[in-house]
Amino acid sequence: MHEWALAESVIKAAVEHAADQKLRKLNEAGVVFGELQAIDGEIFSFALEELRKQFPAAAACKFKIIKEPAAFRCKACAHEFPLKGLKKTKDEAEFIHFVPEMAHTFLKCPKCKSPDFEIARGRGVSISYIKGRK
Amino acid sequence: MSIDPRPSVIETRLKKVKRVIAVTGWKGGIGKSVTACTLALLLAKKGYKTGLFDLDFAGASDHLVLGAKGIFPKEEMGLEPPVYEGVKFMSVVFFSENKAVPLRGANVSDAIIELLAITQWGELDFLVLDMPPGINDAALDVMRFAKGAEVLAVTTPSLLAHDVLDRSLELYRGLKLPVLGVVENMSEGAGRKAAASMRRDPGLEKALGRPKALLATRFAADLERAARKLKLF
Repeated sequence: MHEWALAESVIKAAVEHAADQKLRKLNEAGVVFGELQAIDGEIFSFALEELRKQFPAAAACKFKIIKEPAAFRCKACAHEFPLKGLKKTKDEAEFIHFVPEMAHTFLKCPKCKSPDFEIARGRGVSISYIKGRK
Repeated sequence: MSIDPRPSVIETRLKKVKRVIAVTGWKGGIGKSVTACTLALLLAKKGYKTGLFDLDFAGASDHLVLGAKGIFPKEEMGLEPPVYEGVKFMSVVFFSENKAVPLRGANVSDAIIELLAITQWGELDFLVLDMPPGINDAALDVMRFAKGAEVLAVTTPSLLAHDVLDRSLELYRGLKLPVLGVVENMSEGAGRKAAASMRRDPGLEKALGRPKALLATRFAADLERAARKLKLF
C-alpha cells in the first residue's frame, strides 16, 4: 500500500500545478508508471479515488495511466538494455519497488556486469500532462 | 512536460514533526553517525517522540550503531518506520540487504526524495537526520525539503576537520540555515568553536550495537550535557 503515498503526491502536485497555471478545475492528467517501480495500478487508482475527495479541484479529473518501459544505459560500456531478462529475486523486486535506485544494488549491465548504469527511462511515477479549464 | 510529483508531499510527511535536527559533518570518520544515533536514543529515553533517518546512503551505519536487526517498515499509506528502542528508524539498508549501494549523486538525491515522500513519520518531537558527509546534491536536497531543519555540526580537534567546518558554517549562513551549534567529538579539551564537546571515549567501540550500553558511555553523558547546553531538552 505504499502506492497510496505516491498517489497522494500525484494528486497534490497536479492540483498545485493547475493552480500555478490558473486552472480552476482539472479535467485530465497523464500519470506515467515507470516499469522499474512496478506500481500496482489497481491500488494506485483506488487511492486516487479516495484522495480526490480531499482535493476539490481534482474531483472530476481523469487520471490516465501511461506505462513506460524501463531502459538502461551502462556508464561503463555504453550498452543499452531493457528490464526484461535482468534477474532479480522476489525480495529484490520488492526493494526496487520501494526505492527504484536499489536497481543499482541488485541489477547489473548484462554485457559487462557493471552496476554503474543510467536509468534512461521508466524509473517511477511522474505526471506527463495536465488539462483543465480556467 | 514531466512533473516529479514526490516533492509536493514531503512537507505533508514532515508536518507533524516539531523539530528536525540535521547532524552534519563534512569529513568522514568524525563520529557523525554515532552522534546522531546516540542523540536519538537520548531524546527517546527522555520521553520525546523521536525519529532517526540515516541519509548516508553510501555508508549507512546507523543500524550497526543501534544494533537494529530483523526490523522492516510497515506498509501503511506509505512506509511506517519500525520503532527500535523507542526510536522510529528509517534507513536505506532496509532495501539493500546490507549490500553496497553504488549510486551517483543524482541517484542518491532521487532515492532520498523517494523515501522522504513515502515515509509516514507521524507525530514526532524530534526527527534526527544523519546527513550524508560533505555537501552535495543529496545534502542540498535534504536542506531544501526539510524546511526549518536545524544544523548540528560535528567536528573533531583536527585542524583538517576545523577548516572544513569553517567552510560548512559559512555555507549554512549563506543558505540561511539555522545552526543549532557545533559539537566537538573525540575532544581533548575545550573545542575551539564548539558549543560543547564529547571526550574521546575508549569504551565507545565496545558499546556499538548495544543501545543500553551506548547510553551508559562517557560519550553519551557528554552528548547529553551538550544537548542540554544547546537547549534540546
